[in-house]
Amino acid sequence: MKSQSMMAAQKTIPIKSPGAGSEAAARRRARLRCEWVIEGGLFVAALTSVAATVTIIAVLLSESIGFFKTVPLTDFFTDTLWTPLFADPHYGILPLLAGTLVTSGVGLLVAIPLGTVAAIYLSEFASSRVREIIKPTLELLGAVPTVVYGYFALLVVTPGLQHLWPDLPGFNMLGPGIVIGIMIMPFVISLSEDAMRAVPMVLREGSYAMGATRLQTAWRVVVPAATSGLVAAYVLGISRAVGETMVVAIAAGQNPNLTWNPLEPAATITAYIVQVALGDLPHGSIGYQSIFAAGLVLAVMTFAFNILGHMLRKRFREIY
Amino acid sequence: MAAQSSPQKHPSIARRKIAEALFKILGLGSLIIAVGTLVLLLGALLFEGVTRIDWQFLMSYPSRHAAQAGILPAWVGSTLIMLVTAVVGIPLGVAAAIYLEEYARKTWMTELIEITVTNLAGVPSIIYGLLALGLFVYILGLGETILVAGLTLALLILPVVIVTTREAIRAIPVEIREAAYALGATKWQTVAHHVLPYSAAGILTGIILALSRAIGETAPIVTIGALTFIAFLPPAPFTTQPPYLSFDWLLSPFTVMPIQMFGWVSRPGEDFASNAAAAGILLVGMTLTMNGLAIYLRYRMRKQVTW
Repeated sequence: MKSQSMMAAQKTIPIKSPGAGSEAAARRRARLRCEWVIEGGLFVAALTSVAATVTIIAVLLSESIGFFKTVPLTDFFTDTLWTPLFADPHYGILPLLAGTLVTSGVGLLVAIPLGTVAAIYLSEFASSRVREIIKPTLELLGAVPTVVYGYFALLVVTPGLQHLWPDLPGFNMLGPGIVIGIMIMPFVISLSEDAMRAVPMVLREGSYAMGATRLQTAWRVVVPAATSGLVAAYVLGISRAVGETMVVAIAAGQNPNLTWNPLEPAATITAYIVQVALGDLPHGSIGYQSIFAAGLVLAVMTFAFNILGHMLRKRFREIY
Repeated sequence: MAAQSSPQKHPSIARRKIAEALFKILGLGSLIIAVGTLVLLLGALLFEGVTRIDWQFLMSYPSRHAAQAGILPAWVGSTLIMLVTAVVGIPLGVAAAIYLEEYARKTWMTELIEITVTNLAGVPSIIYGLLALGLFVYILGLGETILVAGLTLALLILPVVIVTTREAIRAIPVEIREAAYALGATKWQTVAHHVLPYSAAGILTGIILALSRAIGETAPIVTIGALTFIAFLPPAPFTTQPPYLSFDWLLSPFTVMPIQMFGWVSRPGEDFASNAAAAGILLVGMTLTMNGLAIYLRYRMRKQVTW
């Protein structure tokens, strides 16, 4: 009814007085101009993301160039000490890189097995009612601020682990690693479950028709079919773990320490940036520039993992 | 296989059933670990900190004495920063999403925008802090202020707002738009009168989720140089003299809830730990409430809307 009357109203516009034609045309021109302005505004808003990306790259690069004028690249990648703020400065990224890799590695050892099993269970076994409850809960788990997880790692998980290993220092990489694992688990579960749900029902039905059990179907049909999506989930999980900051800054210690032993304390790239930022370094000093060089390494790593992850995700979407 | 011997007697079937049962236990176990962590985390916080939360804690400045310390500057700072973040981040994000969903043609420019949005969503938050430190604090000379923190978090939530708004807009059937065009509506009229109102609930969900992420963010704010010890409030936004509004608070130093908590966690001593736990309870309470609201909105939307 309403649309009919609106149509009628529009039809009457051209058959008014003779002057109305040009008036309507002027109104139309004004409206089109208005449309142009709005589209332009929206386009500019959309460009913000490009601008932000470009600025991130530019800021990281320009400050890092200043850093690498003082520090040769070979030192940066081969020196085994990272002591930019000491009287005898060394600028080897390896200790920070090792700290980052160990904490993320522990996290992935927790998140990948548990996350995959949980995702298979959710996607292939759980009733829709269980799913309705679990999925929002996982979402809440992913929403807890990271600083709270840091508290948890330092004051709950590490004391707990000290019952198992009495020699474990108060700052160590194991506790925060485990907490990072739990933190990225919801993310890994939800991406993995998406990947498995994208596997068409027909494949499962074919498998059941051959007499396979649910587990056999899940393990031999669904998981292989969803492989690229699962790997994408892991890769994006790695990227999250590598960039995680507060948990390691609070609970892993602040001393760069070239070790692969998760029971020892060590600083990560992100923890170093936090440590320097908390101090008061003058703008333009080598210490100030060093956090941008460290940030550049971090950004390159996460960019690489993200691109790989999204390529893999696209692949599993295209197949079906 | 089953054709050769009768299925009831086949030993491997029993084995498979056992394997299946075991896997179910394993799967449920992993989920319980995940969900149990949330319970354990909340329990630990409540056990340590719930007695610490009182009026004095909410209305006091930080102090060297743990028992007298409070979070007044922290929650005021968080509120003001969220205000800046919302005012800047939400319109930008929603506008960008409208452009990408309704206006953008398939060009290399659109492709570039899409790639950067996806990438920004994956950039670690501390990198945003470095961006803000280099650009806002030094190149633009805005200093370590509420304005800078708000802008930084606005950039941080931009991808979240864009992605969720796009999903909400995409859920509106194309027939609605065609009906509007058929009646002579322009593109913007279609968007403003039909697409946006119908997708409002979905967009709101995304906005709530984005703000709840921003309120808990610590790393970028630490990086731009927030202080953990602030014993004053920013200038009030309302004044007694005309024009009754003041924007001096934008350029004031600040602290926020997560940073206050971080400052207390880093200090040795049981007393400060319970302060940290108390701040943690409030922080988790806020984010979980916001997320719960968003989940509930989404749930209701899914139930009600039938196109």
